[in-house]
Amino acid sequence: MIQEATVVEASMLTAHRDERPKFLKRFWRSGMTKLGGFLLLALLLFSFVGPLLYRKSAINPHILSTDIGPNAQFPLGTDSLGHNVLSQLMVGGQSSIEVGFASAIVAMLFGTFYGMISGMVGGWVDTILMRIVDILLAIPSIFILLFLDVAFQPNILVMILVLASTAWLGVSRLVRGEAMTIKNQLYVESALALGIGRFRIMLRYVLPNIIGTVLVAATFQVADAILSMAGLSFLGLGLPPPTPNWGGMLSDGMNYMFQNSWWLIYPPGLCILIVQVSINLIGDGLRNAIETRER
Amino acid sequence: MSNVLLDVQNIKKYFPVRGGFLKTVQGHVRAVDGVSLQVNEGETLGIVGESGCGKSTLGRSILRLIEPTDGKIIFEGNDIRKYSHAQMRAMRKKMQIVFQDPYASLNPRYSIMQTLTEPMYVHGLYNGKERAERVRALMQKVGLDPSYASRFPHEFSGGQRQRIGIARALVLNPKLMILDEPVAALDVSVQSQVINLLEDVQKDFNLTYLFVAYDLSVVKHISNRVLVMYLGKMAELATSDELFFNPLHPYSKALLSAVPVPNPEVRKERVILQGDIPSPANPPSGCVFHTRCPIAKEQCKKEVPEWREIQTGHFVACHYPGEGV
Repeated sequence: MIQEATVVEASMLTAHRDERPKFLKRFWRSGMTKLGGFLLLALLLFSFVGPLLYRKSAINPHILSTDIGPNAQFPLGTDSLGHNVLSQLMVGGQSSIEVGFASAIVAMLFGTFYGMISGMVGGWVDTILMRIVDILLAIPSIFILLFLDVAFQPNILVMILVLASTAWLGVSRLVRGEAMTIKNQLYVESALALGIGRFRIMLRYVLPNIIGTVLVAATFQVADAILSMAGLSFLGLGLPPPTPNWGGMLSDGMNYMFQNSWWLIYPPGLCILIVQVSINLIGDGLRNAIETRER
Repeated sequence: MSNVLLDVQNIKKYFPVRGGFLKTVQGHVRAVDGVSLQVNEGETLGIVGESGCGKSTLGRSILRLIEPTDGKIIFEGNDIRKYSHAQMRAMRKKMQIVFQDPYASLNPRYSIMQTLTEPMYVHGLYNGKERAERVRALMQKVGLDPSYASRFPHEFSGGQRQRIGIARALVLNPKLMILDEPVAALDVSVQSQVINLLEDVQKDFNLTYLFVAYDLSVVKHISNRVLVMYLGKMAELATSDELFFNPLHPYSKALLSAVPVPNPEVRKERVILQGDIPSPANPPSGCVFHTRCPIAKEQCKKEVPEWREIQTGHFVACHYPGEGV
């Protein structure tokens, strides 16, 4: 008896598996997506595997060799305090990438939850929830970020929540719109006619049909969060020292721009650029793949 | 006389029209305006009328997918409009609907197996093995290869999807099935297959049908009795044969004269209606049909015609039933 049931389950899984390669193939088909993927992989290896191979401290200063250009001992030179720039770049990438992904996930989860309730319940609940979003969106996000950053001592967790606090707004609007569209689909009406509960409809009918859109939005959210954090750090309100991060490094480097300390500016700047480009390329690829599937 | 399964009494559905400053209610669209009908167990009642006459809204209101504004829906002796949300959900086992558009009525993320097992799971019917077994049997019944169970809706044609839709409606063993133009979106060649399938399963499952359609030849073929609707109101109700051979309402006559006859020798007299169907937000006074009626008289503009039984089982709402057009 149990065997029979498992056969059915297995056949359902096979069906899902049939779908997946096609989707992945479509996703991976574009050369630009591949480029984005490789760039992001390279950055991940650089930040997370790099420090294991290049075992030089990012935090201990070399007091006797401050602000020197790239040489044999320091491949990317040192900053004004004698920090090894290459090590800092690697470790700085860790916090940037971690915060970027984590805040995007938090924003996506909360925004989806919020937007889903707004779209599914509708009526005055929807009106109130969406007016709150409108109000928050009317305030420039950099102002909110600066305020929260000053109000709370920024550590990595606070940073994640601060960045997520503005990022979820867009997600919630998107999800609400999608939920409202799908709520009026005929297959939702048939589900109601079959006596399927509203909660189950939300979970099994609406959510799976909007997850693609949310995923694409979340990808771009990662890039946004990394950029916002770099921006905050650049303004001196990022993660406190000694933890390095790319925005902070760029900000420090700017002070020495007129001493021709290019190695303090270009490496973190390039890293920020590459992470932006790679994530955006992946996001584009994901969107194209999902949109094709829905067609 | 067999048992009355569904007794709809004076059901109304008014949609508020909002507009102007502050979105105040400016008026109502009378989509369904006082329809009463009885459906006997095992019979098929056809509902016809041109698009916009409220026949789909009527079907959905009976299932409370759209909450009716007024009226009673007595199903198996109980007024289901008094049912709570939970009672209504349990009730849905007994009354099902098949929609017009088979492309939009299936969840694209569910395999056929999932689509068909879910209702049984939600209502706690059968165990896992029995559910899978039932799905296979039902797929066979509706003419689908059970080995397709793991496929997704986009892998099927329109006709196959409608078969899935029918199987899904059957899976809970309902008594009443509302067929909301179930073949209108299909190719003519597929239409007849699906109609035959519907007739087969009606016999096998002892189903009662409420068949909503605008295709009169299909309705004539499948229905025992036919209700003609115009602008949310009942125009005429009679047995299928009676209505087709002896229509009394001028609107029914006009509808019937539009049915093509597959015989070039027969010259039919056409009753061509002038103008469009009036807005249900602002229906005409008196008899709602008087603006387009070829035999309308002064009385029709002032008095709403009574719903009366002209012959046994033949009802009509017209001041001058059967008068020459």
